[in-house]
Amino acid sequence: MIHPGKMAREVLTSLFRKPATVLYPYVKVQMPDRFRGKIKFTSPLCIGCKLCMRDCPTNCITITKVGDKQFQAEFDLDRCIYCAQCVDTCPKKALEATAEYELAQLQHDKLKVIFHAEPTPASSPAAPAEHAPQSQPAIGA
Amino acid sequence: MANVKIPIGPQHPALKEPESFTITLNGETIISMDVRLGYNHRGIEKACEERNYIQAMYLVERVCGICSHSHSTCFIQAVEEIAGLAVPPRAQYIRTIIAELERIHSHLLWLGVAGHEIGFDTLLMYAWRDREAVMDTLAALTGNRVNYGINTIGGVRRDISPEQLAGLLKTMDVLEERTKYYIEVASQEITLIKRLSGVGYLAHEDAVKLGAVGPTARASAVDRDIRRDDPYIAYKDLDFKVITDTHNDVYGRTLVRVGELMQCYNMIRQLVAKIPDGPVTVKAPRKIPAGEAFSRYEAPRGEDVHYVKANGTDKAERVKIRAPTLANLQSVAKMMENNRLADVPIIIAAIDPCFSCTDRMVRIHDAGHGRQETLSWQALHTYSLDWHRKQGIDFKALNAKLSRRMKL
Amino acid sequence: MALALFHLLIFPGFLFLFVFALAMEFVDRKLYARLQNRVGPPWFQPFADFIKLSAKEDIVPEKADAIMFRLMPVFALAAVVTAFFYIPMWGPQALFSFSGDLIVVIYLLTIPTLTFFLAGWHSTSLFSMIGATRTLTQLFAYEVPLFMAILAPALLANTWSLSAMTVFYDQHPAYAGLNVIGFIVALIALQGKLERVPFDIPEAETEIVGGTFTEYSGRLLALFRLAIDIEAVVGASLIAAVFLPFGFGLGAAGGFVIYVVKVLIIIALLALLRTVLARLRIEQMVIFCWKVVAPAALLQLLINLILSGVLRS
Repeated sequence: MIHPGKMAREVLTSLFRKPATVLYPYVKVQMPDRFRGKIKFTSPLCIGCKLCMRDCPTNCITITKVGDKQFQAEFDLDRCIYCAQCVDTCPKKALEATAEYELAQLQHDKLKVIFHAEPTPASSPAAPAEHAPQSQPAIGA
Repeated sequence: MANVKIPIGPQHPALKEPESFTITLNGETIISMDVRLGYNHRGIEKACEERNYIQAMYLVERVCGICSHSHSTCFIQAVEEIAGLAVPPRAQYIRTIIAELERIHSHLLWLGVAGHEIGFDTLLMYAWRDREAVMDTLAALTGNRVNYGINTIGGVRRDISPEQLAGLLKTMDVLEERTKYYIEVASQEITLIKRLSGVGYLAHEDAVKLGAVGPTARASAVDRDIRRDDPYIAYKDLDFKVITDTHNDVYGRTLVRVGELMQCYNMIRQLVAKIPDGPVTVKAPRKIPAGEAFSRYEAPRGEDVHYVKANGTDKAERVKIRAPTLANLQSVAKMMENNRLADVPIIIAAIDPCFSCTDRMVRIHDAGHGRQETLSWQALHTYSLDWHRKQGIDFKALNAKLSRRMKL
Repeated sequence: MALALFHLLIFPGFLFLFVFALAMEFVDRKLYARLQNRVGPPWFQPFADFIKLSAKEDIVPEKADAIMFRLMPVFALAAVVTAFFYIPMWGPQALFSFSGDLIVVIYLLTIPTLTFFLAGWHSTSLFSMIGATRTLTQLFAYEVPLFMAILAPALLANTWSLSAMTVFYDQHPAYAGLNVIGFIVALIALQGKLERVPFDIPEAETEIVGGTFTEYSGRLLALFRLAIDIEAVVGASLIAAVFLPFGFGLGAAGGFVIYVVKVLIIIALLALLRTVLARLRIEQMVIFCWKVVAPAALLQLLINLILSGVLRS
């Protein structure tokens, strides 16, 4: 049973089909619901137990106490492997994985992400301020 | 034409990872082959000793990009055995589902790579296009396309919803259809058969003697599969055939892999039908009691072996990994004999090598003096700079040039 | 004089060939991609590649013969461009023609292959030397069938001039249908000449890196690639002129469109061929050429020999 050019029919029908390629930078890829992307830190929820620091395989998280029951988190994204173990470890759900995956940077220092503590810890757990260090120097860093 | 030595690697288009094969040729015929390992050594075993079990699990998962679930499951099994943890059945089933999905993606990847090595890029493009279906499924189930991170000590991190299980069955139907087509192509396309059959012959006796594992061994009629011989996770509940072949060549290895793909689809259907309800994880202690365990796992490339020794702390005392490629590399030299230069890429590719999993550190003994030398990082750096300076390469000038360009 | 220069350099000479060949490379690559269910490159990709390569540094290996290394791409380019002038394109008459130009064209098309061999040999790198020997081995396999396949129609037309041949088939279009075997043989041989799958053995990247061109970079590589692109167009034009001699009565513009369509069809067939097949080994290729392709060409030769005897009697 020999058939030279067996794939000929398949390839010819491909001419009339849409290419399977996703034109990535122009067409964004939708990540699945449970995708493990960039980690988000919600400062008011943090109790400073530092379990995440202990379990992080690459030691990319640093939690610092900046005031009374106020904590800020520092992520070295160049070391993070996006395993989201910290999300599982956190007893208070202060950490969560987002669907953000476009994290490549040309400048090394932009890979350091600091989630500052809210000025008043009692206020609503709204979106925390997120800054790269050069735009606003880290407190205590 | 006199004998010539051809370097295949450390950098070569046929190899996706650095590894050095020196091939002695007479005309186009291979006389002998010499392998040099170690270009990819990363010191993972040692690094595991400095991390707690949770951290080490993620590290072990990154031994290999393709069979990441194999390594992490194999490691976790050993740890759970030492700790005496009873993993819930649902977790076992989820681990098995991911393991079989991983096998599907690995074998489809191999099919494409094999096509590329023999200049059949169309097969590469189609096989990899269809592989996307598995990758997307894996991403949806576990949260990532590679390095799934589904395992945790004492179970799995994520449950699979009923909708996802239903979607899984649909994906299996699509992939089964496609795999049937590839079997047709492999058994009918004349140029493909010509390039694969009779190439890389490994007799049954040689396969046994050289300790070949996985599809490489099974294509030489070695009926060996850990999933059946020493069932782990949920394999004891499954009904499946171990595919063997008597071609003893690359063509046989192709048939074994596509045959295994068909088995995988059936196994996943059984798993989806049988999956029990219940919790997916049990609480695991941070400190694992002293003890040692040996764990075996049938990775897509063959038998993967992990040894873990615990000493009662939260860190392992010793972790030893034997990746399947290391077992298969010996047989590559045998397969090369009396083949042609044109067959080198496909013979190497036919064991589905993963060099980064395999590489181990080799300490150089000075045979003449019995002297051992270990260089510190700083000393190695200075040595390297000196060596290059002697070759006439001045890094100062290069660095200056580079930094000027970066500024521009 | 000015007109001759215009013919040589602009139309249908170098500039036209340059644009046409790169456009055909785009068609080939795009088609290859679409057949593989990919998107493929944008239309300017071959031009961009050429410009980028031209801007890169030329590196001549220390041990290589620098003169031969630099000369070979120019030789290859010159040979294929020259061959183009003797092939009838949109009219039955080529730009230049004389009795026996068919042989000259076939020989001019052999020169690039020889330059590949010399270039590889003088690079003195292991991979390029293996590539060079493979180039030469392969040349002996496909060249004879190609000669026979192209000489068979000439035998029927009883002339050694391409232009006269085209005139003959233009008058007797039915005879062109007899050359089908020759057409297929010529397509296969052209695929071998262009060193593309399944005959890309001399530059099989997974085996011998870049083969003949391993050591080439920058402008010299750009020239080689341009020469191969032009060779594809010239080869396709030759096959079109010999085996598809239709549609010459439509004037200059109509004839040009028909010519482009013919070349496109041949390029598409070659692209399809390289999509559905795997690369052969060198000895499989030689066996295939001598056991299948050469006898087929011989059969065509025999048919035309008998026919021309019948016709003339």
